[in-house]
Amino acid sequence: MQSLESPAHKEFTFLKPLRFLLVSFIFTTFFGVSAFANHPETAAGEHATENHEAKKEKFKPGETILEHVKDAHDWHICDINGHPVSISLPVILYSSEKGLECFMSSKFEHGHASYNGYSLDKNNKIVAEDKELSFYDISITKNVAAMLIAVIILCLIAFRISRAYKRGQLVPKGIQSFMEPLIIFLRDEVAKPSIGDKKYMRYMPFLLTLFFFIFFNNLFGLIPWFPGGANVTGNIAVTMVLALFVFFISSFSAKKAYWIHIINTPGVPWWLKFPVPLMPIVEIIGFFSKPLVLMIRLFANIMAGHIIILGFFCLIFIFGEMSAAVGYGVSIFSVFMALFMGCLELLVAFLQAYVFTLLAALYFGQAIEEHHHEEAPHH
Amino acid sequence: MDLVTPGFGLVFWATLTFSILLFILGKFAWKPILAALSEREKKISDSLELADRTKREMEAVAASNENLLQETRLEREKMMKEARTMKDEIIGSAKKKAEEDARQIVAQAKEAIDKEKALAMKQLKDTATLLSIDIAEKILRCKLGYGKEQEALISEYIDNLNLN
Repeated sequence: MQSLESPAHKEFTFLKPLRFLLVSFIFTTFFGVSAFANHPETAAGEHATENHEAKKEKFKPGETILEHVKDAHDWHICDINGHPVSISLPVILYSSEKGLECFMSSKFEHGHASYNGYSLDKNNKIVAEDKELSFYDISITKNVAAMLIAVIILCLIAFRISRAYKRGQLVPKGIQSFMEPLIIFLRDEVAKPSIGDKKYMRYMPFLLTLFFFIFFNNLFGLIPWFPGGANVTGNIAVTMVLALFVFFISSFSAKKAYWIHIINTPGVPWWLKFPVPLMPIVEIIGFFSKPLVLMIRLFANIMAGHIIILGFFCLIFIFGEMSAAVGYGVSIFSVFMALFMGCLELLVAFLQAYVFTLLAALYFGQAIEEHHHEEAPHH
Repeated sequence: MDLVTPGFGLVFWATLTFSILLFILGKFAWKPILAALSEREKKISDSLELADRTKREMEAVAASNENLLQETRLEREKMMKEARTMKDEIIGSAKKKAEEDARQIVAQAKEAIDKEKALAMKQLKDTATLLSIDIAEKILRCKLGYGKEQEALISEYIDNLNLN
């Protein structure tokens, strides 16, 4: 048995890095790496002097950290001699006046040049030089690219294991045995108790997608640089979209009892509802605060994790500015602490994905509950 | 403030990506995986139940085997006993019959001997009579008077007489 299966296994272990390289290659060629070569000589020279001046300025940890946790139009990897080495990403802009415009972010030369009447502002945001022009920025930013990579890898893994199950390989092997406990855990410990035995199956695809989307993006965020390093789930836009999905799905699948519960909460004295509709107000606030809390919890947790790790690294440079020796000394402490935080963040990556999914499942369960009893109000 | 303002582009791409991901994974990955998992669970519980049932059946079969064996043993004993009595009976009756036969044969033989004996006696008597007559005749022929000669004659006759 073992010898029979080993060639396939070998092939898989051989293919895995290959596939990974392929994906990275496609992305880099698609987005294009912008290093020194992309810059004209003069611009590079200009750059160097500017950066040189910047170096004389005091190290600003706050700015550095915020720069790292925020979205960007290019995927910054490192600086070499003051030159940023980064992967250039496509900029896509739409305005009713100028139509759809696509170009690589390397055209901005890291904020030093303007292109087609657009330039990057201090916050790394695209602004039009014509103040009147209103446009939509739907660029493939760093977060979008990171999200796409995570999603593609998630898809590859999910298809791989689904193929294994379809082939009739019911005893899990390889990546299948990593995913299977998670899937079963989500089904038996999250969906079934929260939604109920009868209807949980309808929400399972959403809950699994939600969980693995958050989990994979959290994990990729922990990789220091490409294809990780982006702060996807620590971005309020992404968490907002996820929370809105939960909000709309729970609202659209809600039964009559759910709306009645909001407007005329059963099991509450009438004077809390009649002259002053206190209970309905509370319930309506709860109705909207549920997705809001989902959004903020994930955003804040992941953002905080990134900020803490970056903070430890910034300590090295803060002390390094005082004297090189202190910097090196602090680096030992910083690396150790960042390592510790990294381990903690691995736990948080799972935990936040789990909490988000669990709460989503609970909201779905509340929404589709047929009849409310006394034990129902528990927010 | 910039940090907590959702950017339009990212909202757009996140919505698009997540919708597509939800559709693709829901249709092509999670459905078959969940189906396979529940199928496997069913298979396992069915197998366990089957094993349990089989075990119970086996126990029943073993018990019935034991019963059967016991019954067979009893049956055998009974048969042996019957056979033994039958054997005794057969031997007894055979013996009796043999005795009877023997007795009968002896009786017949006795009867035959008696008959033969009577016959022989009768013949003897007849022969003796004839002989006597013969002798008397001879004596009469040889004239009566020669004491010694007559005696010799008589003994000669008797010697010549073949008593068959």
